[in-house]
Amino acid sequence: MTTTLVERDDDRIDLRRLLSDNGALGGLIVLVLALAVMAPNFLTAQNLLNVGVQAAVVAVLAFGQTFVIVSGGIDLSVGSVAALSGMVAAWSFTEAGLPGWLALVAGLVTGLAAGLVNGVMVSYGRLPAFIATLAMLSVARGLTLVVSDGTPKSTPDEITALGSTIGDYLPVPLLVMLLVFGLTGIILTRTYAGRTMYAVGGNADAARLSGINVRRSTLVVYGLAGVFAAVAGLLLAGRLASAGPQAAVGYELDAIAAVVIGGASLSGGVGRATGTFVGALVLAVLRNGLNQLQVTPFWQQVVIGVVIALAVLFDTLRRRNK
Amino acid sequence: MSPQAMSTELLRAEGITKRFTGALALSDVDFDLRSGEVHVLLGENGAGKSTLVKVLAGAHSPDAGRIVVGGREVRLGSPQQAAKLGIAVIHQELTLVPDLSVAENLFLGRMPRRFGFVDRALIRRRARGMLERVGLPVDPGTPVRELGIAQQQMVEIARALDTDAKVLVLDEPTAALTETETDRLLEIMAELREQGVGLVFITHHLEEIRRIADRITVLRDGESVGVLPAGSSVDEMVRVMVGRTISEQYPRRAQEPGEILLSVSGLTRSGAFEDVSFEVRAGEVLGVAGLVGSGRTEVARAVFGVDRYDSGEVVVADRRPRPGDVRAVMRAGLGLVPEDRKGQGLVLTSSVGENLGLVTMRAATRGGFVDRKAQRVRTAAMAGRLRVKSSGQDQPVRELSGGNQQKVVIGKWLLADVRVLVLDEPTRGVDVGAKVEIYELINELTDAGHAVVLISSDLPEVIGMSDRVLVMSAGRVAGELPASEATQDAVMALAVSGSAVTPSRWSHTEGFSDSWREAERDTRRPRPAEESIAETTWEQAT
Repeated sequence: MTTTLVERDDDRIDLRRLLSDNGALGGLIVLVLALAVMAPNFLTAQNLLNVGVQAAVVAVLAFGQTFVIVSGGIDLSVGSVAALSGMVAAWSFTEAGLPGWLALVAGLVTGLAAGLVNGVMVSYGRLPAFIATLAMLSVARGLTLVVSDGTPKSTPDEITALGSTIGDYLPVPLLVMLLVFGLTGIILTRTYAGRTMYAVGGNADAARLSGINVRRSTLVVYGLAGVFAAVAGLLLAGRLASAGPQAAVGYELDAIAAVVIGGASLSGGVGRATGTFVGALVLAVLRNGLNQLQVTPFWQQVVIGVVIALAVLFDTLRRRNK
Repeated sequence: MSPQAMSTELLRAEGITKRFTGALALSDVDFDLRSGEVHVLLGENGAGKSTLVKVLAGAHSPDAGRIVVGGREVRLGSPQQAAKLGIAVIHQELTLVPDLSVAENLFLGRMPRRFGFVDRALIRRRARGMLERVGLPVDPGTPVRELGIAQQQMVEIARALDTDAKVLVLDEPTAALTETETDRLLEIMAELREQGVGLVFITHHLEEIRRIADRITVLRDGESVGVLPAGSSVDEMVRVMVGRTISEQYPRRAQEPGEILLSVSGLTRSGAFEDVSFEVRAGEVLGVAGLVGSGRTEVARAVFGVDRYDSGEVVVADRRPRPGDVRAVMRAGLGLVPEDRKGQGLVLTSSVGENLGLVTMRAATRGGFVDRKAQRVRTAAMAGRLRVKSSGQDQPVRELSGGNQQKVVIGKWLLADVRVLVLDEPTRGVDVGAKVEIYELINELTDAGHAVVLISSDLPEVIGMSDRVLVMSAGRVAGELPASEATQDAVMALAVSGSAVTPSRWSHTEGFSDSWREAERDTRRPRPAEESIAETTWEQAT
């Protein structure tokens, strides 16, 4: 059989293909149906919007993480960078007296800078991504404590607005998450930067011998992850109306879990925005559902760990049988 | 079992069918193996040999068909299950732990223990016996790292036999061996046959088949197209395997050379190569031959800008790209098909289409967005032109056979319309049919006024397909021969001229081709990547 010229339209949403490509989607549907039966309050509009809000911060972190994982790296620093970005924004407003919108920009720039430092360490310094970002995890958390002096700082209205609700029913975090989801999908599927991530993550040598600037691609990847972390940090600060020095501790692991549940491979070259979105929703739905079922937080951690392992296990089995 | 015993059926596979993402890898294949016979599986890459072996080894479960072992129908769910039934597979990639001793490797995973401690004395004693059976005269305490590839293979075979394997599957075991090593392996295979072991043997070397095969099952496009008896002629085997007679093995169509497209002068990197100069003209194929360490690949990588050089000049189509800048060299019009196809040529996690479009993606980008529709049209056309055998552009490139993968690597450069293409070992591990297709591609390129640099360890190939042959020796250009004067003896004499080896040792044909395969094996070692983010290995697919 020679190559067929059948063109598949990437824009069209084909449910069957969506299900077969995203093993986690089936899991999410099962989870939602089970909770709908077991917890009567689960399937209400108000609660589902709540789930969206609860998912937002981790989802945005996870979208940034998707770039990194697709290109064969890992970013352990996103939780700390989120906290630092939120804190810098709040500090710029309360202590440095910048206008609210400029404080917001300062937060974003902080995330970008941290991400680029990660990128430089990995691409030019040739540090393993795990080590470089582990260092950044510590540095960013430390800087957050330095800037805050250990106390929470209140956020300007421009940032608090990120945690509010439009017209009593549409939560802004949900909106931001969907926007970032769309953006991630476009970057990964349509842009040169995104397409090179797959090549670099799949085989950096082959990418380089095909004329792809691997270093630049690495910089872009970690820069994006930093900016996305900043957005997540601002969302979190907005919801709480304050930036805390201990914000988003451990979130990087949730973000990585979401990406992996979504079917990405930690060895690089594989991963999608839709998968990550579903992965983040699985985590949020699970937390919300377990709360509804009045499972204690202690046991929740156990259940979530088991679900992460099962999700990846099923995905691996599904791929093997393909 | 004594050699006189009536040969019994060890294994039978009936109607085996296997699909991968839509592509039919095996279609209704029958295969059987009797004790005390060598049954050869012959076919081009992608014909389904490896898939059939994986089915027999329990690594793949067939979509249809049944497998009978020792008279009982079985389901081989895993390699472990197959091993329990006495089926052992020696893969091309060896599975020994280099830093453990030979004895420890022989008992890997089943070390005899006393009070929780490994019984070293017992291991060594039993290891001696096992090594004797395969005729390997090494001390069991030797680290495996210190053994040659052939010896390592013997260790694997000894290990398999000790687990009471009645069926031994050898997947291209001679591909990495020198001629003397191959002789030794064939001898051992013959001995095992005497002992009543059934051997399934895969090889591309038809002479070996003539020497050892009792039966030959030929696969083509996933179907069994015939079972040939022992003593079948090479011509007969090729005819059945390819489905047609190959009239000309090296169909070079020479052109009148035009302007100089690539000019390298005085290229030097201390310790690697020195004062290397050559030119290639439009419409010309420059062959590059040389032994291991002669610097062929190093020069190619330096010219392409992957590695730096100390001095010298590279001019591509009248442009002087900055040294060590791959993108500048590419823009000037040079492309490189690297020798390590999987390690450096392909993104195995991506699809056929993505790989074909890798080089041209930048050019297809407007304002940061890749015009994927246009890219897909172009890559589909290229896949069609190269007759890449796949289920479509979206098939993962990892699932393609070696020859088809190589076409994809070449295709990405053809799409970029480079003026000069450097092919480093383009036909290594590629079967007869696909080889000729790649040669035809070279002809098409030179017909269209491009220049080709063909680096190859396959001496008949480099002589048969080149207009001029540049011979490298010990990092220097030892000489250049026009096609009319490039005989194997002449090339070889130049190849050894710069090294300490005296030419007389190579005058004998056997020693000569031996050294050549030695060279081939050494260049196959992976090169450390200069700029590697992820290091991943992939299982070789069919």
